[in-house]
Amino acid sequence: MDHFARLGLPAALDLEPATLDRAYFALQRQWHPDRFANRPAEERARSSTEAAALNDAYRTLKDPLSRAVYFAGLRGVELPGDGKTIDDPDLLMEAMEAREALHEAITVEAVDRLAAEARDDMKNSLAGLGGLFLRDDKPAIRKTLLRLRYLDKFAEEARARRTNLERVKA
Amino acid sequence: MSLLEIHEPGETPLPHAGEGSLAVGIDLGTTNSVVAIARDGKPAALHDETGRALVPSVVAYPASGGVLVGDEARLLMPQEPRNVVASVKRLMGRGAADLHAVAGVLPYEVEPGSGETDMVKLRIGGRPRSPVEISAEILKALRARAESALEKPVERAVITVPAYFDDAARTATRDAARVAGLEVLRLVNEPTAAALAYGLDKGSEGLYAVYDLGGGTFDFSLLRLEKGVFQVLATGGDAALGGDDFDRAIAERMLAERHKDGLADRVDEAAVKTALALARHMKEQLSDRDRTSGRLEIAGVPSFHALGRGEFEAMIADHVKRTLDIARHVLTDAGVTAPDVKGVVLVGGSTRLPLVRAGVAGMIGKPPLTDIDPDEVVALGAALQAEALTGGGDTLLLDVTPLSLGLETMGGIVEKVVPRNTPIPVQLAQDFTTYQDGQTAMAIHVVQGEREMVADCRSLARFELLGIPPMTAGAARIRVTFAVDADGLLTVSAEERTTGTAQRIEVKPSYGLSHEDMADMLYDSLENAEADMTARLLTEARVEARRSLLALDAALAKDGSLLAAEERAALDAGRARLEGTMAGDSRDEINAAAEALEELSKPFAERRMDRGIRDALSGLSVKELESRVGE
Repeated sequence: MDHFARLGLPAALDLEPATLDRAYFALQRQWHPDRFANRPAEERARSSTEAAALNDAYRTLKDPLSRAVYFAGLRGVELPGDGKTIDDPDLLMEAMEAREALHEAITVEAVDRLAAEARDDMKNSLAGLGGLFLRDDKPAIRKTLLRLRYLDKFAEEARARRTNLERVKA
Repeated sequence: MSLLEIHEPGETPLPHAGEGSLAVGIDLGTTNSVVAIARDGKPAALHDETGRALVPSVVAYPASGGVLVGDEARLLMPQEPRNVVASVKRLMGRGAADLHAVAGVLPYEVEPGSGETDMVKLRIGGRPRSPVEISAEILKALRARAESALEKPVERAVITVPAYFDDAARTATRDAARVAGLEVLRLVNEPTAAALAYGLDKGSEGLYAVYDLGGGTFDFSLLRLEKGVFQVLATGGDAALGGDDFDRAIAERMLAERHKDGLADRVDEAAVKTALALARHMKEQLSDRDRTSGRLEIAGVPSFHALGRGEFEAMIADHVKRTLDIARHVLTDAGVTAPDVKGVVLVGGSTRLPLVRAGVAGMIGKPPLTDIDPDEVVALGAALQAEALTGGGDTLLLDVTPLSLGLETMGGIVEKVVPRNTPIPVQLAQDFTTYQDGQTAMAIHVVQGEREMVADCRSLARFELLGIPPMTAGAARIRVTFAVDADGLLTVSAEERTTGTAQRIEVKPSYGLSHEDMADMLYDSLENAEADMTARLLTEARVEARRSLLALDAALAKDGSLLAAEERAALDAGRARLEGTMAGDSRDEINAAAEALEELSKPFAERRMDRGIRDALSGLSVKELESRVGE
């Protein structure tokens, strides 16, 4: 059963957070181990397995990027594992330049600016994914998702750098 | 229900629910413990004959025999310090590697751990005892209190643990309950329990934070409340930071003051315990007054110590700042900013300190919620959960893992399998492969923590997957599965997927250091205590000096006109001298310069006071004056 089906939702790229929460809460009410504290061991084991699967589905679908990667997988677009080297030369160049810019940003404000740019970029790229799926343009979907994954990582690095800068200042 | 039930090995058949046996909620705290029960959704703490709900988490093994728990155990502290143990929670599930975090806090003789687990043992009452068995005594006492208050057997409990407790500490807590004859229905995180106690009362919806500063642990959790669902979004903390540290700061200062006055104390276990007890009393007094003082007697020699709230706050400022830093991180983790938070709940006796309250209010931007007694709120929430688990109920707790879980890979790097703040229960798998041709075994090292390198994380378990069929490097598919149950306890299993060679283990705490290392660490910390103390006192002197400079500047800005030119010049010179000494490393010089400046500024202070009184009195009737004097 895929994550969408497990939560009783149609498989789609766009998903309202409130819709996801509603489906997830309703099923956890049914399956959470707290509901089975007085039941026989085998029923408790079943509840634990079901609740774990629901949590996995919820976690995967909650974040727009991880949802997009998962959805692409269902459509036959496989991405290399997380943390593998980037095989797209354009993206590689962009990543190197961005990292250099981050390294040169020595104020919290400058880091915030770079992080905000990355966030806007992510938002736009995510918005553009829908059209690519409609056209079933697999190479473009793959390229966009790899770039999104890099942007996400960059935003994380920017956060870490920001924390460091604040610590030095204090 | 079928007549025959098959139970998994190690599983005991459940008692028939509702037949006489009651389920309680227990807050097993570092400093105090509380037991509570909920009926029809209304929780209440269970009191002793004198009406007290708090049971000090102190256990005594008196020379005369038997075991005492709570106030009685604490009373024995001065006479038989070697037979009394407090704050044992700090050692739950802890091994030698963690001792630096607690050394100095617990002046006990440490014993080698037994073979099965290498948890620290304490020599108390003449024999080594594990933290598990000492905690079990507290649980037994709570159980006895509940049974006498309720006049029914109590065999099941929800027990709370700090959200930031790692796997080893959770397992140890469960074991302690088992020793005390209690079946643990669920381990619930303390902040989550507190939210439960608040949420049901108010039917609140939205984002709430819980700031929980107990005797020995700090937790900060962010929850979303929605139609009876308590969803923990993120949690963080420090399992070795709490009110005990504040007591220790005061105690160290008093011992240093005695040292400075030429009292050659032998700082032994009894002296430290006496100083800590007095320190705690002084700390509590400073929550509602500006100054306090105490008389410390060691080996028959008394000394007197005064402490102002300002000085005390300077001593603990770093600890409080650390809690607020952790809280900010949790908000960032959840992608939330302070204005999104509708309210923050305060839990734990240490949140009575004005500095802590002000810090939390400042960070969240609203006054914290304190309607429920911060010492009882966790037990009340646990009682509600115990009722929900036994009688059913409509609330649902969705909690998360506090720390990331992962595996060691090549080069000592951690590959995270379950990231922190993942909802539990959870089961996640990751595939690995062999790196040598014909490799038939793979070592699996399970770690917990946020750092990138294995050496910086906590080692939970090591095992080996054997019998991998010989293949070329990279051909085998080894799937390692991490399962975390609703209590936050981990089970790891590994399987070679092409042939189905499976191995399953339950993770138990493992500690890499020898007993000698452990003893050395303890002695080192005692050895360094003096150097640490000197450094701390110097810092305090600087902080005090800076404070008086600021006060002087403020006074000069306001009432500088009261001074003649030469008086002003003398003050400025004294001010410069103090600033000069602050740049140096001599605490005595700083203090001397500060005293000299204070002497110089006395006439100025007196004139300011005169003016202040005249201003305050002008326009008041005699009657009003009298009522003021009476205040």
